Amino acid sequence: MKKILLIAAKDLRLAFRDRAAIILMLAAPFLLTLGMALVTGRLASPGGQSSGLSNIPVLIINRDGESLGNALVETLQSAELDELLDAQVVEDEEAARRAVDEDQVAGLVIIPPGFTQSVIPEQAAIIDMAAEPVKLQFYANPARPNSSAIIETILREFISRVEEGRVMGMVSVFQMLTSGVVSPAEAQAYGDEMRQLFQSAQEEDLSVFEEAGTLNLKVIGAPEQESVRFDVMAYMAPGMALLFLMFTVTYGGRSFLAERRQRTLQRMLTSPTALPQVLAGKMLGTYLTGVMQLLILIGGSSLLFNLRWGDFWGVLALILLATFAATGWGLLITAFARTPGQVSTYGSAIMLVFGIMGGSFIDLSMLPDFVRLVSRITPNAWALDGFTILGLGGGLSDLTRPLLGLFALGCVLFILAVLRFSRRRDLVQ
Amino acid sequence: MSAILQVNNLVKRYGDLTAVKGISFEVQEGEIFSLLGPNGAGKTTTISVLSTLFPPSEGDALIAGNSVVRQPYAVRQTIGIVPQEIALYEDLTARENLHFWGQLYGLGGRELKQRCEEVLEQTGLQEKANQRVKTFSGGMKRRLNIGVGLLHRPRLLFMDEPTVGIDPQSRRAILDTVKDLNRRAGMTILYTTHYMEEAQELSHRVGIIDHGEMIAIGTQAELVRMVGKAETLVLQFGEDQSVAGIIPHLQRMPGVQQVIAENHSLQVLVNDAEEILPAVIQTCTAENLKVRTIQIQEPNLEAVFLQLTGRALRD
Ligand SMILES: Nc1ncnc2c1ncn2[C@@H]1O[C@H](COP(=O)(O)OP(=O)(O)O)[C@@H](O)[C@H]1O
Ligand SMILES: [Mg+2]
Repeated sequence: MKKILLIAAKDLRLAFRDRAAIILMLAAPFLLTLGMALVTGRLASPGGQSSGLSNIPVLIINRDGESLGNALVETLQSAELDELLDAQVVEDEEAARRAVDEDQVAGLVIIPPGFTQSVIPEQAAIIDMAAEPVKLQFYANPARPNSSAIIETILREFISRVEEGRVMGMVSVFQMLTSGVVSPAEAQAYGDEMRQLFQSAQEEDLSVFEEAGTLNLKVIGAPEQESVRFDVMAYMAPGMALLFLMFTVTYGGRSFLAERRQRTLQRMLTSPTALPQVLAGKMLGTYLTGVMQLLILIGGSSLLFNLRWGDFWGVLALILLATFAATGWGLLITAFARTPGQVSTYGSAIMLVFGIMGGSFIDLSMLPDFVRLVSRITPNAWALDGFTILGLGGGLSDLTRPLLGLFALGCVLFILAVLRFSRRRDLVQ
Repeated sequence: MSAILQVNNLVKRYGDLTAVKGISFEVQEGEIFSLLGPNGAGKTTTISVLSTLFPPSEGDALIAGNSVVRQPYAVRQTIGIVPQEIALYEDLTARENLHFWGQLYGLGGRELKQRCEEVLEQTGLQEKANQRVKTFSGGMKRRLNIGVGLLHRPRLLFMDEPTVGIDPQSRRAILDTVKDLNRRAGMTILYTTHYMEEAQELSHRVGIIDHGEMIAIGTQAELVRMVGKAETLVLQFGEDQSVAGIIPHLQRMPGVQQVIAENHSLQVLVNDAEEILPAVIQTCTAENLKVRTIQIQEPNLEAVFLQLTGRALRD
């Protein structure tokens, strides 16, 4: 075991000393991700507003159940807001608050009981001044100030429309939003305007509601600086990292045959070291290089681009298993190649094909069914599934399928490669 | 003295080609034994089998009592190897290479550190210890390549043509190192070469190998005696002169054993150089060849090889 680690550590050191390898392992995926993001024009200016926010997850608890409460739910779930919001009606307030605290959703809207009643009393004449003020509650996620600001804007808009008695006609702002006339970033500014308008309106003719305290919005949670998110990069970065992971494992395989050519393999095999130890050491070295590469790429993009990869343990599990499966491919290529040059050639071809088939360049759902099926032989497809699940807020427990897929793929490839290696007699003669 | 290495009828085939055809010899503890033979003779193949890189097709060898076929792991603890081709990591420094290989040979801790520094000193590479091997000259790489083989102080060291393709100065240093290792450290060395001078200078005993067969074994004196009373006349001609025509004439002369042409020179193996010299020059003049220099060589290994194979060592 000591010798296996020794050989692996040596390979890790050599890989990170090879300037050409560093360029392909680390620089290329970074630059390509950045380039793609720029080309698609989705990169916001530094320190700017988040762009392209969509499907903002928001939870609704409807304790009112009467016309106005239902109308608000309908509004939040309306077709016009379909792209912008992902609104879900839930029952359990505890769980919902936890979801906000754990940053799974951008906010929680609580429609209190008697909301309709307090706004539209059945007997308009009687306004009970002593009644508890019924407040529409918005429990905002401080980690997502932009998303919650948008929800807040919508709620205020709703309230202001209610107050103006035009509940049913409240589509204008959202139409503007969804048709792209107004960007979400502008929506916030628009929201600020709305707020001012709303306040001035309150001061004037709608003061009666304000005074009665019946209709109010209580926002809980102070907004902090929300990290700037690039949704394109959130998809591109894993794709690119996986594409170039295939380079790394090819590089590892290549180094095995290169050691034969430069005679260091033979020298190892005349030292008190057995062939299985050397093989295991080389495999481990390749594996560790791949893991290091992904850790650096993911860690680096988190720091540089503020990219969120999702649940830590989920990301780690994906890194470990995706590299395992990819190393399997690297080994198999090596087992069938005669020279280091052949490994590079096969490796580059496979890297590209896998990149395309595995969804590193294009969305897999755009491909025909049989391609999607075949793509399951690529580590890229499985791992990208996993990263997408994490990106959408999933955790380790949601990754069972991709992780199992990667593990099974890796096992099959390792077995094939070892079988093939055991039949090769030309390794040392 | 006892034999540390016993080779019995070793055969190695690569497909249809039989590179080593049943050779047998012994190396005694404490001696330098040279395998002398031209390129393609089977020296590297023999060393590879003896160092357990791959098993022989037939036969066996015992190293310190362990069979290379059945106990390769035990054999590996006893031997060190300096391969013909430089086997180092170019992107590691000299010291990192030594550390890696030392650990692979089971060294660790203070011993590893100490041995690395000793070997760096022995090979004269201390000042370059922290530079990557790819910045080294051929001679420096050769020296480090040797150093790696010495790290774990093997009882038996295989050196496969360690001086090929380097400058005379580095070569001198290497030959001195080999002698030093043998005399001071008492290391047994199996040395292969196609340079007669090296075999002559270094070895206690020499095995002459050609086409995978051991054609003679013995001390230099024994081998030379095999040739009988023979000297070599080396005749050097001008570059514009063709020597081919004169060979049949010389071969017909009484007292001439062999004639070998090499570029613009001739090696003539004769019974008595002084006696035959006037007649040889006469023949040359008759053929319109002008002799530039004449050299008379005492009987040597080159002559032995010449007589046994009819060819020069270096072709
Ligand atoms: N791996 C190999 N496969 C096939 N033939 C080989 C191989 N290695 C050496 N040979 C052949 O075996 C013969 C002996 O080679 P080698 O042992 O390298 O000789 P030497 O070291 O004396 O120059 C040569 O004819 C060579 O071409
Ligand atoms: Mg050789």
